[in-house]
Amino acid sequence: MIHSLFIINSQGDVFLEKHWRSPVSRSVCDYYLEAQRASGNDINPVIATPHHYLISIQRGGVSFVAVCMEEIPPLFVIEFLHRIVDTFQDYFSDCTESIIKENYVVVYELLDEMLDNGFPLATESNILKELIKPPNILRTIANTVTGKTNVSDILPTGQLSNIPWRRSGVKYTNNEAYFDVIEEVDAIIDKSGATVFAEIQGYIDCCIKLSGMPDLTLSFINPRLFDDVSFHPCVRFKRWEAERLLSFIPPDGNFRLISYHISSQSVVAIPIYVRHNLSIKTGEQARLDLTVGPKQTLGRTVEGVKLEVLMPKCILNCVLTANQGKYNFDPVSKILHWDIGRIDVTKLPNIRGSVSIASGSNTAEINPSINVHFTISQLAVSGLKVNRLDMYGEKYKPFKGVKYITKAGRFQIRM
Amino acid sequence: MLTSSSHTMSNNNSYSNDRGSSFEAEYAVDPASGGFFIPILKSKRHDDLKEMLDSNKDSLKLEAMKRIIGMVAKGRDASVLFPAVVKNVVSKNIEVKKLVYVYLERYAEEQQDLALLSISTFQRALKEPNQLIRAGALRVLSSIRVKMISPIVMLAIRDASSDMSPYVRKTAAHAIPKLYSLDPELKSQLVTIIQKLLADKTVLVIGSAVMAFTEVCPERVDLIHQVYRKLCALLVDVDEWGQVTIVNMLTRYARSQFINPNLREEESDRDFYDSSSDASDKPTTSLDPDHRLLLRSSRPLLQSRNAAVVMSVAQLYHHAAPKTESLLAAKALVRLLRSHFELEVLTNLTTDSNVSTILRELQTYISNSDKHFVAATIQAIGRCACSISEVTDSCLNGLVSLLSNRDEAVVAESVVVIKRLLQTQAADPKEIITHMARLLDSITVAQARAAILWLLGEHSQKVPRIAPDVLRKMAKTFSDESDIVKLQVMNLAIKLYITNPEQTSLLCQYIFNLARYDQNYDIRDKARLLKQFVPNQGGKIKSQAARMFLANKPAPLLQSHFKDHEDLQLGSLSHYIKQRAAGYVPLPLFPEIPPSGEVRNVEPVVTEDSKSYKNSDKMGNSMLFWGSEPSSPGNSSSASSSSGESSSESSSASEEESSEEESSEEEEESEKAKKSESPYEVSTSDDETVFKKASKERKLKEEKSENSAETKVNDKKTNLDLLLDLCDINNEAPVMTPSLGGFFTPTTAVVAPLTMQLVQPIFVNTKPMELLNRINGRGLSATYRFTRSPHLYSPSMTNINIMFVNNTNEDINDIRLGKKNLAVGMTLHDFACISKLPPNCSLPATLGIDFNDTTQPANFEIVSSLGNFNVCIKPKVGELLRPVKIFNDLFLEKQASLRGMNRAFYCLNAVHS
Repeated sequence: MIHSLFIINSQGDVFLEKHWRSPVSRSVCDYYLEAQRASGNDINPVIATPHHYLISIQRGGVSFVAVCMEEIPPLFVIEFLHRIVDTFQDYFSDCTESIIKENYVVVYELLDEMLDNGFPLATESNILKELIKPPNILRTIANTVTGKTNVSDILPTGQLSNIPWRRSGVKYTNNEAYFDVIEEVDAIIDKSGATVFAEIQGYIDCCIKLSGMPDLTLSFINPRLFDDVSFHPCVRFKRWEAERLLSFIPPDGNFRLISYHISSQSVVAIPIYVRHNLSIKTGEQARLDLTVGPKQTLGRTVEGVKLEVLMPKCILNCVLTANQGKYNFDPVSKILHWDIGRIDVTKLPNIRGSVSIASGSNTAEINPSINVHFTISQLAVSGLKVNRLDMYGEKYKPFKGVKYITKAGRFQIRM
Repeated sequence: MLTSSSHTMSNNNSYSNDRGSSFEAEYAVDPASGGFFIPILKSKRHDDLKEMLDSNKDSLKLEAMKRIIGMVAKGRDASVLFPAVVKNVVSKNIEVKKLVYVYLERYAEEQQDLALLSISTFQRALKEPNQLIRAGALRVLSSIRVKMISPIVMLAIRDASSDMSPYVRKTAAHAIPKLYSLDPELKSQLVTIIQKLLADKTVLVIGSAVMAFTEVCPERVDLIHQVYRKLCALLVDVDEWGQVTIVNMLTRYARSQFINPNLREEESDRDFYDSSSDASDKPTTSLDPDHRLLLRSSRPLLQSRNAAVVMSVAQLYHHAAPKTESLLAAKALVRLLRSHFELEVLTNLTTDSNVSTILRELQTYISNSDKHFVAATIQAIGRCACSISEVTDSCLNGLVSLLSNRDEAVVAESVVVIKRLLQTQAADPKEIITHMARLLDSITVAQARAAILWLLGEHSQKVPRIAPDVLRKMAKTFSDESDIVKLQVMNLAIKLYITNPEQTSLLCQYIFNLARYDQNYDIRDKARLLKQFVPNQGGKIKSQAARMFLANKPAPLLQSHFKDHEDLQLGSLSHYIKQRAAGYVPLPLFPEIPPSGEVRNVEPVVTEDSKSYKNSDKMGNSMLFWGSEPSSPGNSSSASSSSGESSSESSSASEEESSEEESSEEEEESEKAKKSESPYEVSTSDDETVFKKASKERKLKEEKSENSAETKVNDKKTNLDLLLDLCDINNEAPVMTPSLGGFFTPTTAVVAPLTMQLVQPIFVNTKPMELLNRINGRGLSATYRFTRSPHLYSPSMTNINIMFVNNTNEDINDIRLGKKNLAVGMTLHDFACISKLPPNCSLPATLGIDFNDTTQPANFEIVSSLGNFNVCIKPKVGELLRPVKIFNDLFLEKQASLRGMNRAFYCLNAVHS
């Protein structure tokens, strides 16, 4: 079980500690800091010290180090730490050092509620919000004037219902339910332009502001696409198994309803291509020519295109001209960034110029790879479509909206 | 109050203000704190805080507490303030109270005497009507690590464990390990509370109860037996953290209670595949149904968003599922990878189907510029080649082609891998070895050189001309080689000497002489050892040399480095850090003989039977009997034939039982008589008879409960089959079978009693339905029927007659209603408590339920001296209607006003009374 939690800033100062059992000296963090010095950001999530085990995550420039004394599934702790950060983000809209310091009382109260004796007690943000009201500007001002606080005077009585993720008595004047279908394309394209591997990682994020206890049913036109899904606990698994539709009583506010995976078995449309040419002329000079174009986008424009070319160590500099967007080459990390933006089909973005190579290097080993970023709105690249959303249990008519976005996940093109 | 306003203003900055040395400065400007004393007396430092805490303004107190918590949060010592803070535990302001609680949790251990002052407040808070205050008080009370108060905490936990609110019970479960670590002597008392909490039906509580179980008494497997099926059934609904704990615990349980599924697979291959292919509802033959239940109920959890849950289920499948099914978990694990955290996984997941893809992927990695990565890739290829025999050749070819790679590290790594591959493969290595021997001139990486030399030594007969030459070259450079190479050179030398003494004896001597004066003692040692085999150096044991050095070497297994730790539980901390973490308990091995599954039946069958499984002696015998069955084929054939017989027998028996309610004792007797006549029994001893009977009894029970499932009146959590049945039909629309509808007039569906004339029902069902069967009720059985009349208490309630029958040999006292779990809008009026029910007697009771015009079941508990039993009454829609007399016009009018609503058509047979 989790004994203690230390929150450490980027300078290596422990600026918050919380103990759920007998206090552990903060000197255990030295092991962590040492490991951080040794391996930089890529730090081992589990560090074994003579008496303790340190399990840590890094988010928002802040390290959360949990101290355990006994056997415990490490993922359990890691997931829990992430949940803590998620809760902070939910409460304070972000989770940075200054925000935690500013709200230390709420943070401390939250930590106290979330874990009891090192075992999670209440982690659903809806319950927590009943116990501890999140701060907002208006209330902060009011509190300063009146001397009141964020803790509700009257503790909720019946909130601990059968549905732990939803609080009772939610009321909205405008009842809205928004669904964002976000798909990320992970792909590796080899030299010749053939797809080595491609799959889609999708999420449905919801923003639900509905009064009362709505019971929603979301159905898809083509649910057979899903290869592997994971659900928010609110989704009724049996109905998914039987009818392939999502039936759930939603939590209030923003949450991720499901994340899914569409594997390479079904053919994944690659919405973008990069024509590349790197010809080595002499020993120390080469010509680089890149052209980006859309492919299989069903008429949608590709936006936010960024290319990141990872050059090998022997490349000294690049002198290029781009017909669109800006580029820069970082000679230290050897990364060429090219920020293109929107792709205009009539005039495809192109960048060309010369590349200087360190003399005497092995030219055969120059095989840079390109990481591509892009977004396409109003398109789910898998072809997934929401059929309809029905609401039961409440009488009003909600406003419903579905948005589709396709993004590049880990999209790599090898040259 | 000037100070107060200044503090309130600095409210939000207090945390950042008092960093480091600015602490004193802040107080110095504070007029109330008496700035003069600060440098003189350190303890005076917090005077202003004390003053604020002592004031009678809540806002001041709160501000002070906030600053104190700020100090606590930063790990600064705030224990000086303890007396001032502890006073405020009585504060009415909830926020102040909360912060005081937080403070107390932190410092109570250090200031034990003062902490005792606060105890009475907590005791009072434990009786608050608000569940959250009760829970909070218990939480803090149990967090105060002062041994003196352990009896008080014990009492508080005991009270809380039977609290109305599940939240408070959850907190009680959390408090148990705390108290246990404070005072281990209380264990036995705590275990009884754990047992009670494990039996809790609320999903909120169970996770924490299991957590308490694993913390306090993981060895008490017997506590799990009774709740095992319930845990499986509720698993999906428990919160994520609870799921992790429960699945981990159940993995252990499965490992100790069920036999190894993979062992069975080998024994009865066909059976297994048959059962796994249609695992949905057919009873599986090879896997214990309870084992199957666990696997099935945990499967949905692979779909959880929480990685820890997925991991725990994956390890369950890894450790306790048949091999073919653990693949299920693989897919989910791949998903985890993407979400949080390459090569290791790729190769560990390789199967025949995907190997070509992976190999192609690996090939592209080889051209990567990171040499370490390439090396790892090559090893991964080696592992692939090893585990999947079809691709070995192509792998080998690929690796050999890598030998001509320009990069030395790549070549070296390939050599090492090839060496291992060759060892495992019977393929003709001659060409490869020749190629490699040539490489020896160019390779400088010691490991690769050593590997080549070793290979040469092993296969020296196949390359008789090359090997001595290589040895000659090595002898030349011997002194410059690294230690590992030197050792291999010596190995090669001695092997060659044995096979080919004419050409190599001199070389051999030369090398040993060099080695004798080496700096490394290992090499000197080895030289001394090997010299004993060389006769002209004074060696004495030549005769055995050939056998020692040219023995067939067992092929090493190419394994990923996690393999060494596979005895550790997958996904555990120990597995990750590759050593045993404190508190790690290794998974038990599968028992060769499974303990009887009887214990998991929630209901003890008959008194005689329950004795048989409590008695360990008989138990042992029965297990022996079970275990010996598959091993002796002759016996088993007779057993199977007789079991077929007995099953038909038992089914007939069950028919008997369901049709006519015979008393159990009589039936027992008759069965026993029947069995003792069967030929099978002749060869077995008395104890086995008992066992046989037990197993038969179980069959009986199952069948019986299946029957009752059909009538859909039974406890949900009593029997596996029943449970599965219910799971399947769960979530479906309420059953409105028209089958009974024929008896009623559908026109009366219009309930408008004011204008209609109520009449007596024409037909009243006299056949009772089962509410609690005597097995589930440990001898107490109950039946119910609808009288089709309103209850006396309220006209909206329907009257239900319940008949209690005592089938035991003792009095049953205090039969009354316990907890009710009704849907919203439903109400229930209790029946009068039955104070005493003598054996073999029956007593009626009348219950009133307002079903609120739904067919939702009414769940409630029947409490008696035998224990608590959950029962459920599910009304047919017809039972909720009230017979009325209505005239045609009025009927039409009523009907018209109901347009647009659901209509039900029934064909009526005219019923005349």
